[in-house]
Amino acid sequence: MTEMIKVENLDKTFTLHLRGGIALPVLRNTGFGVNAGECVTLHGPSGAGKSTLLRSIYGNYRPQAGRILIRHENTPVDIVAAEPRVVLEIRRRTLGYVTQFLRVIPRVPTLDIVAEPLLARGAGEQAGRAKAAELLARLQIAEKMWSLPPATFSGGEQQRINIARGFCADYPILLLDEPTASLDETNRKIVINLIDDARQRGTAIVAIVHDADTRAAITTRLLPLESQGVAA
Amino acid sequence: MTPDLDQTPLLSVEALNKSFGRHVACHDISFDLWPGEVLGIVGESGSGKSTLLNAIAGRLPVDSGKILYRAASNSIVDLASASDAQRRHLMRTEWGFVQQHARDGLRMGFSAGANIGERLMALGDKHYGKLRDTALDWLRAVEIAPERIDDLPRTFSGGMQQRLQIARNLVTRPRIVLMDEPTGGLDVSVQARLLDLIRRLVQEHHVACIVVTHDLGVARLLAHRLMVMRHGQVVEAGLTDQLLDDPQHAYTQLLVSSVLSV
Repeated sequence: MTEMIKVENLDKTFTLHLRGGIALPVLRNTGFGVNAGECVTLHGPSGAGKSTLLRSIYGNYRPQAGRILIRHENTPVDIVAAEPRVVLEIRRRTLGYVTQFLRVIPRVPTLDIVAEPLLARGAGEQAGRAKAAELLARLQIAEKMWSLPPATFSGGEQQRINIARGFCADYPILLLDEPTASLDETNRKIVINLIDDARQRGTAIVAIVHDADTRAAITTRLLPLESQGVAA
Repeated sequence: MTPDLDQTPLLSVEALNKSFGRHVACHDISFDLWPGEVLGIVGESGSGKSTLLNAIAGRLPVDSGKILYRAASNSIVDLASASDAQRRHLMRTEWGFVQQHARDGLRMGFSAGANIGERLMALGDKHYGKLRDTALDWLRAVEIAPERIDDLPRTFSGGMQQRLQIARNLVTRPRIVLMDEPTGGLDVSVQARLLDLIRRLVQEHHVACIVVTHDLGVARLLAHRLMVMRHGQVVEAGLTDQLLDDPQHAYTQLLVSSVLSV
């Protein structure tokens, strides 16, 4: 068993300076590990800190205390303490993050947006585009749309493009925040299969999924999170 | 731990101070810039961000501090104490400076081709055919029709002038490019095109950049890392998305919350 993520004694409190310095404790002494080939699903009420935890693992939020060890090129690196360029390198090689929202870059065509993570890892342009095309086809994005920037596409299309982008680079670790949120039945099954394929290849996955059927289909272990409440 | 990352920074600014009379424009600023890294400096007007950029470029003398640059020759030069000649040579070979107003960074009385060729000629390149071919290549790279090569920049739109200024700077393959509000004053659609171009060229040429901007959207799109300045001081620094999504300092929270959506 290779442990890919190890979260230890994590505290995260948001201090809102513009609201008189009110403090919102969200995570308190949180700890767990994720092995290669596991899909751990975070479970708890709204406000329990599921997205905060996922964003902290990605290095997007900064916890006040604790460590998050990411197995990067066979060495555990604490992403909480890592300098910015190391965080970026970990994201380039090891850590993928998929939300339901695509961040559109003006003028960049769909195919290139999907291929970019693979190109950033040093893949050739042809190999990157081929893989991107394969994923877009699998996610039922019509070929005539591949050369267009997705700014004007529907929400569901943008979401599937974002999923294709997240799965393109075959990251050893994938963080999924509501990847199937507004997809129809057919597309949800396609995404469930993508997640399952990745897990069986050995990808370590941490997911947030509200839909009970999808959760049951992908989860190998459920991690309950409890609300910390609000303290001034 | 991360073997393919560079071990030494390209630029180290150490304890830089600059005042105008009793007004402190830059107070005790220190940071490293790594090869290929894009550093954004954000803050409101009067925060000292442009002064810092001009001081690093040697356009303003500093009161104290070091600006240590690792030159292509691998020797370390302190630009704060280097001779004018040495600094000027580095500025037109290994450095570039993109001004907010293209007319300040272009020679408005010379053709587009001559603007691109100037830095190469200053380095001793005198072969007319070769200079012209290089200029044509760079016009294409910045999406200006090659047949405009003999036209004067003042016949260009604002966005084209800015792209010409970028070509003029990148032609010598600089290792660091400083940009002062590169998209300021341009229409939104023109901005988007310019941002996409800058993003692509910076990646392709692996050039390190320091970009001064008050636009957090520009910072999000271009910069790997941000420094937030206020009253001449750096109040917060870090990875771009950390700083914008989870700002810690009261002033950064104010800046981020003042924008509609970044």
